[in-house]
Amino acid sequence: MAVQRKKRKRRELFALGNEAVAEGALLAGCSFYAGYPITPSTEIMEVMANRLPLIEDGVFIQMEDEIASMGATIGASLAGRKAMTATSGPGFALMQEHIGYACMVEAPLVVVNVMRGGPSTGLPTSPAQADVQMARWGTHGDHPIIVLSASNVQECLEMTVTAFNFAEKYRTPVILLLDEVTAHTREKISVPDPDEVEILSRVEPTVPPEWFKPYADTARGVPAMAPIGSGYRTHVTGLTHDVMGYPTQRPDEVKDAMLRLFRKIDQYYGDIQMSDEYLLDDAEVAVVAYGSVARSAHLAVEQARERGAKAGLLTLKTLFPFPRPAVEKLTHRCHTVVVPEMNMGQMSREVKRVNNGRTKVRTINRVDGQIITPSEILKAIL
Amino acid sequence: MADVTQLIHDYLRHNKKFPHVFCAGCGHGIVLGSLIRSVHALGLPKDDVVLVAGIGCSGRMAVYVDFNTVHTTHGRALTFATGIKMANPKLKVICVMGDGDALSIGGNHLIHAARRNIGVTALILNNQIYGMTGGQCSSATPQGDISMTTPFGSLEKAFDIADMCKAAGASYVARGTSFHAIQLDRLISSAIMHPGFSVVEVFSPCPTQYGRKNKFRNAVDMYKWLKSNTVKVETLKEPDRKPEDGRIPIGVFRDVEEPGLEERYFELQRKLMGQNR
Repeated sequence: MAVQRKKRKRRELFALGNEAVAEGALLAGCSFYAGYPITPSTEIMEVMANRLPLIEDGVFIQMEDEIASMGATIGASLAGRKAMTATSGPGFALMQEHIGYACMVEAPLVVVNVMRGGPSTGLPTSPAQADVQMARWGTHGDHPIIVLSASNVQECLEMTVTAFNFAEKYRTPVILLLDEVTAHTREKISVPDPDEVEILSRVEPTVPPEWFKPYADTARGVPAMAPIGSGYRTHVTGLTHDVMGYPTQRPDEVKDAMLRLFRKIDQYYGDIQMSDEYLLDDAEVAVVAYGSVARSAHLAVEQARERGAKAGLLTLKTLFPFPRPAVEKLTHRCHTVVVPEMNMGQMSREVKRVNNGRTKVRTINRVDGQIITPSEILKAIL
Repeated sequence: MADVTQLIHDYLRHNKKFPHVFCAGCGHGIVLGSLIRSVHALGLPKDDVVLVAGIGCSGRMAVYVDFNTVHTTHGRALTFATGIKMANPKLKVICVMGDGDALSIGGNHLIHAARRNIGVTALILNNQIYGMTGGQCSSATPQGDISMTTPFGSLEKAFDIADMCKAAGASYVARGTSFHAIQLDRLISSAIMHPGFSVVEVFSPCPTQYGRKNKFRNAVDMYKWLKSNTVKVETLKEPDRKPEDGRIPIGVFRDVEEPGLEERYFELQRKLMGQNR
């Protein structure tokens, strides 16, 4: 009997980084997008505006500003949707209050920030990586958050899927940081068959509504989430709340709620922290890079090897929680760590902190709206 | 227990939520009562009602009622409500905001919700003051009135919420007061059943933060003032229906049938998907 082989639906595309983000989002099951146009992230919004109305129940809405975009995204997430918004520096600044709200109410969602030169209006069409610490600490109050990055167009797609999976798995906003170069590079990518991709969704309650505690602690630290309208009439508030979701000021309840927020991310550190190693096994000089700079670094490392220097590259895909073990390993066997980045040293601070004086840390910083070239990195390696 | 009290009791959350934060004489409880009576009279299941609130005294209202409730950020309740309504258009989404909430920090969202005619009901509880933060002037504080931040009298004009929402395109605009409770039930009921964006402004006295500073001896005086200083809008002459004596017109200012954004969106989606098949 002939076995009917299922035809794989892998697609090849020649796409911008921004378009790949939109493809990734749709692949991950995103069915809601609210946004506001801003260079250099707008293509994400434009693709979503074209695609979502053609998908069953897919919703696209253009809001009046980035504050409203985040509000609508959180609202949709609470109503059970996988939701996303995308923006760039100035818009990301406006979104910060609502990112904190999403942390507090544990709303799964994805925010893409395509970094451009700043501060303020800055260099709208030039790359930068200057929102890295803002992505970590931008909203007020102590909070954990997951920040991811991508260095090429294929990764834009893959990391967007990962961002949705982390958001759903850990009930948290996830921030995907791109820079203008990655977002506006057009490359051939391969969009996998949806059946081949692991897609995670939030856990919904199975107990009857009268037993349901919407913010109860679990072994994972991640409570089940009941979408609005599912019969579990819960209260959602940005005030610090107890396990029922009701506001509280009792120190014991506040402490439990806050510590659980941190624990649910901290205890899955190993799952969340992602990085790529290249020629690091025998490296004496290690380059730590992320985003489009990692591609320059890749070439620089190859050129250094051709000249006999034992160089290697660690590409950070998770920026926060900071991939400490991966970096720490380098500092034990290299004599120099080079950190090139398009800011005045936002990630090199983290590297120095982990490095703790064991090796030299050379920083390469550019804030002139230009990319860091392989030759600049090569000079620092040699 | 009187029937109406029992009715309201059935819609409240009784685990750990009381006493409530409202001062004696506050009008907000009356509005909440009216909202509950309206939902009950319309026969809406609790599961289908979403109460989205902003920040301030009015924002605290959400936690007391047994609906799906979301207590959002200051001024942004309508943005959350828009997301919820678009994500699940079957839900009846009601937004509770104060005057500072809806008009000052959230003014942009209010006019845009009205412009896109999203199928959400906005209840704007206008107490003419920032109550929760201790009585500072809001964009609905009448010119000349005293507050903590206008100790010598406010120099700025107050917003006319009904005019603004009408101009921005809301398809249902009404104004009531906490004194005219029976009329308020009617206004809120028709607002909830209205297909597009509906706004009900409710004058709701704040004796603690506003009345005290503005020559109202007590809460009762404020309700008496509402009684004698309001006039039914139907009795006023076109075109602008503004009474010459400065009284506040109450009633329905606009009621036109226009499909809400979510209806238009999903209609378009059906059409597009039909073509694609």
